Amino acid sequence: MSYKTPLYDNHTAHEARMIDFHGWEMPVHYSGILDEHQTVRTKAGIFDLSHMGEIDVCGPESVDFLNYIICNNMNRLSYDGRIIYTGLLNENGGFIDDLLVYRKKPDSFMLVVNAANRENDLEWINRHASSFDVTVEDRSLSTGLIALQGPSSVDILKEAMGSSFKDLYYYHFTESKINRSPMTISRTGYTGEDGFEIYGGWDDIPHVWDAILEAGRHRGIKPIGLGARDTLRLEMRYPLHGSDISETVTPLEAGLSWIVDFSKDEFIGKKALVEQNANGVKRQLIAFVMADKGVPRAGYDILCGNETIGTVTSGTMSPSLLQGIGMGYVDPERLDRNNLFLKIYDKQKKIEFQKGPFIRPRIYAKK
Amino acid sequence: MRFPETLRYTPSHEWIEVTGKKARVGITDFAQKELGDIVFVELPEAGRTVKAQQACCVVESVKTASDIYSPVDGTITAVNADLDKKPELINEDCYAKGWIFEIELTNPAQIDNLLTAKSYSESYAT
Repeated sequence: MSYKTPLYDNHTAHEARMIDFHGWEMPVHYSGILDEHQTVRTKAGIFDLSHMGEIDVCGPESVDFLNYIICNNMNRLSYDGRIIYTGLLNENGGFIDDLLVYRKKPDSFMLVVNAANRENDLEWINRHASSFDVTVEDRSLSTGLIALQGPSSVDILKEAMGSSFKDLYYYHFTESKINRSPMTISRTGYTGEDGFEIYGGWDDIPHVWDAILEAGRHRGIKPIGLGARDTLRLEMRYPLHGSDISETVTPLEAGLSWIVDFSKDEFIGKKALVEQNANGVKRQLIAFVMADKGVPRAGYDILCGNETIGTVTSGTMSPSLLQGIGMGYVDPERLDRNNLFLKIYDKQKKIEFQKGPFIRPRIYAKK
Repeated sequence: MRFPETLRYTPSHEWIEVTGKKARVGITDFAQKELGDIVFVELPEAGRTVKAQQACCVVESVKTASDIYSPVDGTITAVNADLDKKPELINEDCYAKGWIFEIELTNPAQIDNLLTAKSYSESYAT
């Protein structure tokens, strides 16, 4: 079974290279990954993310239920219009998925999940929902999603919608209308640039796409495929489920302990995480830049001296730095940050330990 | 896409241009399009002896690493050092400025077994 987004015809008309992405026919690139990447960093890009899953959870026990199935604390969603990043964990503390939770009302939430995991997530969520007074509704196949990312995003959206969303800060959203169709405008993204993610009805989304492209034309906007989406997120060091995190990896191992609230009474995976927190993790996600020439790829060995201490999970040539960058898991006990190498085509290539993101984020945060 | 008649081709998307006992090797227009933006080339070492269909260098695009196979037996006599600074030459001009290495043929008769432009473009470049 292959799904098509409401923008499928649009992509093929733009001569996008299409690929199968977990059952969805998606654009991997249009003008070329490097060009698209630079366009997002310097101007603005528009992405079709309609493959992503949107699951509504509402009802009187929504907060209790979500607190039980996610690792972050729902009390961080202290008012309507707020968003948190969190994990849906299994009993071992491993990521079934990473996701965003939107608070629409005190008892009404939207979960935004990875396309590849949507069915798994739903099965898991429904299984646990039966003991709570909540309703779960999968709206993924009736909800379209577009991301507008890059420094010109505000100007473009202002021209398309008549508002510059001055009071809409990072990880907040608001309800609005484009051409009389209701939209959810969210100040979020996966690129590290300022920008928006816009949710709307399946059949309305192509009009929004056209309106944004039209408004952005003289500002150099371009459609962006999944290829540049990957290089953009990697420069920001954002993990990708299926590559850097998975069902066998916990938030503590992935350096995401900030999304785990141990003060919560009970949540799925808590017991395993408490234990891991006390004993220390056996592997740790690190990031690195190539000091020698070469491009890191998933699966390459990470060496400390001559000893293999881990494996690369994501890597690419950073279009911004023009250097290879990557992430991978290593054994923290054998990690010497100043003596790291990758094994590339049977040769040892030096890498440098990277603290923080590779590129400084330029998000619109409240001062 | 362009496949010059004067070159021979392999099913793994290399081209070879023979001049006497020497030949230049690169990747085809089809291959560079499939790979997308090329960002790094791990060139072979000059002086190395290779066999036909042996992987001898790597072309990396943003998305993926791709082995390049020698079309023939021989000794590598030169590499295109311009690719160190400008790997995108392969995208821009794959049959001329984007050549990858030069090889001295051990057995020139092997060329006859390689694909013509017509058979390559019909059978493999689709």
